[in-house]
Amino acid sequence: MNEQRATSNEQLEAVIGLEIHVQLSTRTKMFCGCALSFGDEPNVHTCPVCLGHPGTLPVTNQQAVHFALMIATALECEVAPRSIFHRKNYFYPDLPKGYQISQYDIPLASGGRLGDVRIHRVHLEEDAAKLVHLGESGRIHGSGQSLVDFNRGGTPLVEIVTEPDLRGAAEARGWAQLLRTTMKQLGVSDVNMEEGSLRCDANVSLRPAGTKELGVKTELKNMNSFRFLERGIEAELARQRALLDSGEGVSQETLHFDPRTGSLTPLRTKEYAHDYRYFPEPDLVPLAPTEVMLAAARDALPELPGQRRDRYRDELGLPEELATQLAFEAELGAYFERVLAEATDGAEARAVANWVTGELAAELREAGEEDPGRVEPGALAALVGMVQAKRVTHGAAKQVLAELVAGGGDPAQIVEARGLAQISDSGELEAAVKRAIEANPEAAERVRDGNAKAIGPIVGAVMKETKGRADGGEVTRLIREKLGA
Amino acid sequence: MQEILELTAVDAGRRIADGEISGEECFAAWAAAAGGDELNAYLWRASAETDGRSSRLPPVAVKDIFCTEGVPTTAGSRILEGYLPPYTATAVRRLAGEGAHVLGKTNMDEFAMGSSNENSGYGPALNPWDRERVPGGSSGGSAAAVAGGLAPWAIGTDTGGSIRQPASLCGIVGMKPTYGAVSRYGMIAFASSLDQCGPLTRDVADAAMLLSIVQGRDPCDSTSVGVDGGVELPTREDLSGLRFAVPTGLDMDGVETGVRATLEATLSRIEELGGEVGETALPSAEHGISAYYVIAPAEASANLARYDGVRFGIRVDAPELDAMYEATRDAGFGPEVKRRVMLGTYALSSGYYEAYYGRAQRVRTRIAEDFRAAFEEFDFVVTPTSPSVAFGLGDKVDDPLSMYLNDYFTVPMPLAGIPAISIPAGLAEPDGGGPQLPVGFQIAGPAFSENAILDAAFALERAIGFDARPPSS
Repeated sequence: MNEQRATSNEQLEAVIGLEIHVQLSTRTKMFCGCALSFGDEPNVHTCPVCLGHPGTLPVTNQQAVHFALMIATALECEVAPRSIFHRKNYFYPDLPKGYQISQYDIPLASGGRLGDVRIHRVHLEEDAAKLVHLGESGRIHGSGQSLVDFNRGGTPLVEIVTEPDLRGAAEARGWAQLLRTTMKQLGVSDVNMEEGSLRCDANVSLRPAGTKELGVKTELKNMNSFRFLERGIEAELARQRALLDSGEGVSQETLHFDPRTGSLTPLRTKEYAHDYRYFPEPDLVPLAPTEVMLAAARDALPELPGQRRDRYRDELGLPEELATQLAFEAELGAYFERVLAEATDGAEARAVANWVTGELAAELREAGEEDPGRVEPGALAALVGMVQAKRVTHGAAKQVLAELVAGGGDPAQIVEARGLAQISDSGELEAAVKRAIEANPEAAERVRDGNAKAIGPIVGAVMKETKGRADGGEVTRLIREKLGA
Repeated sequence: MQEILELTAVDAGRRIADGEISGEECFAAWAAAAGGDELNAYLWRASAETDGRSSRLPPVAVKDIFCTEGVPTTAGSRILEGYLPPYTATAVRRLAGEGAHVLGKTNMDEFAMGSSNENSGYGPALNPWDRERVPGGSSGGSAAAVAGGLAPWAIGTDTGGSIRQPASLCGIVGMKPTYGAVSRYGMIAFASSLDQCGPLTRDVADAAMLLSIVQGRDPCDSTSVGVDGGVELPTREDLSGLRFAVPTGLDMDGVETGVRATLEATLSRIEELGGEVGETALPSAEHGISAYYVIAPAEASANLARYDGVRFGIRVDAPELDAMYEATRDAGFGPEVKRRVMLGTYALSSGYYEAYYGRAQRVRTRIAEDFRAAFEEFDFVVTPTSPSVAFGLGDKVDDPLSMYLNDYFTVPMPLAGIPAISIPAGLAEPDGGGPQLPVGFQIAGPAFSENAILDAAFALERAIGFDARPPSS
């Protein structure tokens, strides 16, 4: 067994690589004509081929190849002129043929990049069936009976393997989310981690910072949400750090993450230590994408997160961080695009971006909602436009937004009905300022003496009287004018 | 009735088309003949009523390796006892589509692993020429049925000689088409890169007709392409302008005297018909057996993994999953299947892959190149089909190596993916004496040269005039 010992008290650096399985949302399975499904009655989407009946043969799904080529192109990979399917042999009830058709030494594509992380390889394979273990543990050991649901068996999968370029748990989570957004934008998968259409394993190791050699790694499995991915890696890094500190060293093994307890338990050797006896699948011809197929994959690519970030930054003038957030968070970005499309009367992109990522996000959190689409994009566009035209103050607009989140409606009507329109009559505002100065003589005196901060209570009094309908800048200007400050 | 049984399939088809006999009576006559099976040639037989009325061609004996919906299909293995496939193999569907229905399912070596039929899980089929002798294998049931008058024609599968060798030992015609000529869909896999479906028939014309029906691209088999332009009934009467090569790279030392004499006589016959006979090297062909017995078991070890007791076939219950797998496979597989699964598993295992599987694949490439070189100079390569005439039951069961050498002349062709036919060339005594038994002559040609091979075999068949029949018992 490989072991690694740390020399005393060096700074240790995390080295993380991810293996992601993406279930493709094709109409039919990878090698037969059965429909893809989730949550249907067990064993209704099966045929002799995906049940592994004697004499059956696989036929490669063209749509799956197209999707995989789209993924490879989006990840800037080099597509192999002829990739080979292999048989990966092992016995398990979820594997009807006793082997999985996968790719081995010549994958579909290799050598790409997404964000700051290099992609090692991208390959096509078929998913296993689903085992349902009856009994408390939910795992095969200790269960009295296991049932097999072959609906999932044969679902097309793309496996994406990164280089070990990630340096922390949060970074890994962030990158995995970027990958998810990319897949979602490509439209090739449902990318739902809870339903298993996106699955993520992590290879984790530590090494003295600044060194090049890789430490002994462990493989983490079963992290079925981004939060668990981050927590699992954090827990494993802490465990490895403790082992190295104690001088014990890390052993290479595969660990199962239990999200309920946050603990990592080694898989029994039998569950993973296989000699898979890979050999070329004789039932399939090599996969040799034609120029037409490659061009079709390129043409099918939508704007990808990286490109979208650049456009937001360069064309819309958004700051880098805001551009990245909107580009990498698919739902938010899509919503932003819709609001922008509706913003015909003067709402600027940057203001819309700030409202979507700031005020709206906060209101949604407050209301315990997730979907920004609760607020009609047109309504938000109109509201931001009103703020920019100084027809409603920022503060009042937040009240309107809260109503939009709660029950929808037309922002102009809400402003009208609730009397939230910005005070545009200078006489009305001047009178309110005068009353506020009179009510706060001490503060007024200090402002006259040159203490700028003392203006606060007077502004507050104006805002209170006008119920937030006054423009803060204008109020301050009027107070200063009246006090000769 | 008896008259119908005398007709070749081509002739019977013509008479049905002309209304001279009905499809129904043709089917009934053959169902009755099959019913008298004393050779253990059949594992299942159709009843006369089943498909008689829609018959436009005589019914076909189908090797039990082809899946037939709702009809027991065992591949000669106990592990598939009671298995009723939910679908029908493409080759069988194509035959039914032309009005040639299933007459019965024929006996075979378990999962097509064998050259004597003694590896059947249901007892061996017997050679109609001498019931103390093997019919060859693995398509021994199909060969025995046709030779023994229990079927007008049959389909079998050939992986290393499994059509040609039993055809040779039973005195009938057997052809292995080019890899990809016939769909493998529904054919229970032994070694996927070698397996091909082909005809076992009384004469060359019947083989051509049967092949013309089953060949063709099938969307269910990515490796199938069909024969370009289809397969025609042969018409050739001489061999003028055709060049035949005997490979010097294949050793004749192990070939029986009678078989060698028949080969010489057949080569003379070729010259009489205007053909040229020469020699070609095929220097790598002699390594065919070694390469074959790595590649075929390797693929078989994966192909047979699905017989795990979970979904179909027999299951021997046990308290743990692994124990259930072991008990089921131990009870269901015979000794030869176990031997090959172990061989194949070993050849693919980490650390040995290059030394065995990798090397065997390179030998395979060299053999294919040898044939390509030979076909630049010659139209055909010819050999005896089998080194010996039919041997006795039990003679070689304890000596797997000597059994494997039966495939010496038939293994190089599937390794190269090329077509080859075996036609009866005469009768000969086995070395050491015994009855006169059939000797086969093999003609191999380049990929997709089926029509040329059938034409040459047709001309030669007429010249040889082989009309011997098994002694009736």
